[in-house]
Amino acid sequence: MIADGISLPDASGHFGPYGGRFVPETLMSALEELESAYRASQQDRDFQAQLSHYLKTYAGRPTALYFAHNLSRRCGGARIYLKREDLAHTGAHKINNALGQALLARHMGKRRVIAETGAGQHGVATATACAMLGLECLVYMGEEDMRRQAINVSRMRLLGAEVRPVASGSRTLKDAINEAIRDWVTNVETTHYLLGSVVGPHPYPMMVRDFQSVIGTEARQQLLEAEGRLPDYAVACVGGGSNSLGLFFPLLSDTQVKLVGVEAGGEGVESGRHAATLVAGRPGVLHGAMSYLLQDEHGQVKETHSISAGLDYPGVGPEHSHLKDTGRAQYLAVTDAQALEGFHLLCRTEGIIPALEPAHAIYYVSQLAPTLAEDAIILVCLSGRGDKDVDTVVGMGG
Amino acid sequence: MLPTPREAWYIHFYLWVAPKSRASAGITVDRLKSSFEAVHRRGATGIIPFLTVGFPSVGETLVLVSALVEGGADVIELGVPFSDPLADGPTIQRASFHALAQGVTLGTCLHVCQQLRSTGVETPLVLMGYYNPILSYGLERFALDARDAGVDGVIVADLPSEESGPLQSACRPHQIHLIPLLAPTSTDVRIARACEKAGGFVYCISLTGVTGVRQDLPPGIPALTQRVRKHTRLPLAMGFGISQRRHVEALAPWAEAAVVGSALIEVIEKTPAEKRPRAVREFVAGLGGVIPTHGRE
Repeated sequence: MIADGISLPDASGHFGPYGGRFVPETLMSALEELESAYRASQQDRDFQAQLSHYLKTYAGRPTALYFAHNLSRRCGGARIYLKREDLAHTGAHKINNALGQALLARHMGKRRVIAETGAGQHGVATATACAMLGLECLVYMGEEDMRRQAINVSRMRLLGAEVRPVASGSRTLKDAINEAIRDWVTNVETTHYLLGSVVGPHPYPMMVRDFQSVIGTEARQQLLEAEGRLPDYAVACVGGGSNSLGLFFPLLSDTQVKLVGVEAGGEGVESGRHAATLVAGRPGVLHGAMSYLLQDEHGQVKETHSISAGLDYPGVGPEHSHLKDTGRAQYLAVTDAQALEGFHLLCRTEGIIPALEPAHAIYYVSQLAPTLAEDAIILVCLSGRGDKDVDTVVGMGG
Repeated sequence: MLPTPREAWYIHFYLWVAPKSRASAGITVDRLKSSFEAVHRRGATGIIPFLTVGFPSVGETLVLVSALVEGGADVIELGVPFSDPLADGPTIQRASFHALAQGVTLGTCLHVCQQLRSTGVETPLVLMGYYNPILSYGLERFALDARDAGVDGVIVADLPSEESGPLQSACRPHQIHLIPLLAPTSTDVRIARACEKAGGFVYCISLTGVTGVRQDLPPGIPALTQRVRKHTRLPLAMGFGISQRRHVEALAPWAEAAVVGSALIEVIEKTPAEKRPRAVREFVAGLGGVIPTHGRE
């Protein structure tokens, strides 16, 4: 799936200087195998028909595009549209990629699937796809994340997956990925690593982007039907960057559409306790790809902080790094407190409880809309629903 | 009989001038080559112990490396700690996190090498770690400083041949070998490509997995070494899961050297500080069957 005039990554998996394959040698042939299986699946009509079938009848696609009239009126200014990925099966956009990769794993004859998860949404989506397709599923999750996203741990277990706690490092998403890679190095011949974001070694950033592009492709079409034109802004939150790239990618060649990625500003970028990789990082190598990275002056990866487990990651997808450098997309940070404001705003104006991740994007949009004309259009990806975050928000006196 | 002036000039030139001008021109002795030649003459399997720099402390690293040399180490691998050591099992992860907590950086590791050289250690020193600290240090600056510190080679766990070009170009002019890693899953095409650029030796990974002690040697070793030897005449070192003398002996027909890391870290972990140099020396000596002839306590 390659948009007109855009053919990145190149043959070696690079987006400009970013991307590539910085992994232990043991995994290299598995990545080559995965890439060729993925490319073959794109030409395979049966595979594509099967994936479309499951996306439609199982995941509930296409998801709705909702004109948030109350939120728009409240903010004053632009018309705000929400792409309702929270309505997809399992409650987040993660199912799009999980179904695609789980089907691919089955085609490749790999019956064992491993995954990492931060907020637990990708873990739940993977456990779901594996249950439906009859695959064995093991999910690595940082102990800190297991605590703050307990309900998703229970969901994964109900779905028949094993959830293995990761106690090393910061005990969050970064460490869960380390542990998943160690498992894959050990069991590479029987196992597919179902990576949940547009990060990691080639072909993951490309493949996950392609599976998530259904978000932007649908939203683009739905908005053309509703408004007869494309949005002025497309906005989404960025952790690893899969929902944002899924939204942005089909709009890349529509150069009149401004693309804005919202990162987790934690306690404020100046506090040092945040996860705003593109805003405050510099290029480096983590988890198999060259990309922007939050690191100290010696090249050690920094621990991050965000109220939202799904954004609490020191790296970011290499294609986002490229979009930042080329200026095609802009990235900024929203703090924990502001995200909570966005969370409550959407709950009360629209009767939608968003996940804390897209609550970052909602807050930014609430600030952007009043600065725009009334006929301006903002398209926001509401990447997931907030049931998993209710305890966190209530615990903060919210 | 006194030398004639002409003979005296030659003696002076070959003893003093030539070696220094060779060194200043960057043409130094290839310690790795000499060491593997010595291993070959001895007719035994070489021993390459691995220590994380700064585990348990930088000061102890200096002492322990000397103990390794006395124990008969043929090459010494010094681990550069990294926050996300994804090719390492729990033991080396622990050592790496401990070293980071001590404030160890790549700069510290280079300084340790320099100090070892200044105290007369002539055993080849190879740094092993991950790419990001090197990238952050600057590839050119790293190669230059590594040469000045007396480093002979570098092994980067997450830098396959496709991505190693920039570091390779930085290291080559300074005679720092970039030692490739090959695994049982490496295809023949990949093996050929890695061997084409290789220098020093080739590091063969004995199994599909992370570093760490295992009971038995994995079965794929003969097949991997036979495939690799079709593409290189460089010596082969076998690592991952090698912890005992019987492993080293079983490797003899297949590899020139054995890398022992996690087992050595575990020896250090379970030995009280004052007994560590001796424990480490005897452990390494015991692996290769070399009896230490000096430095006994």
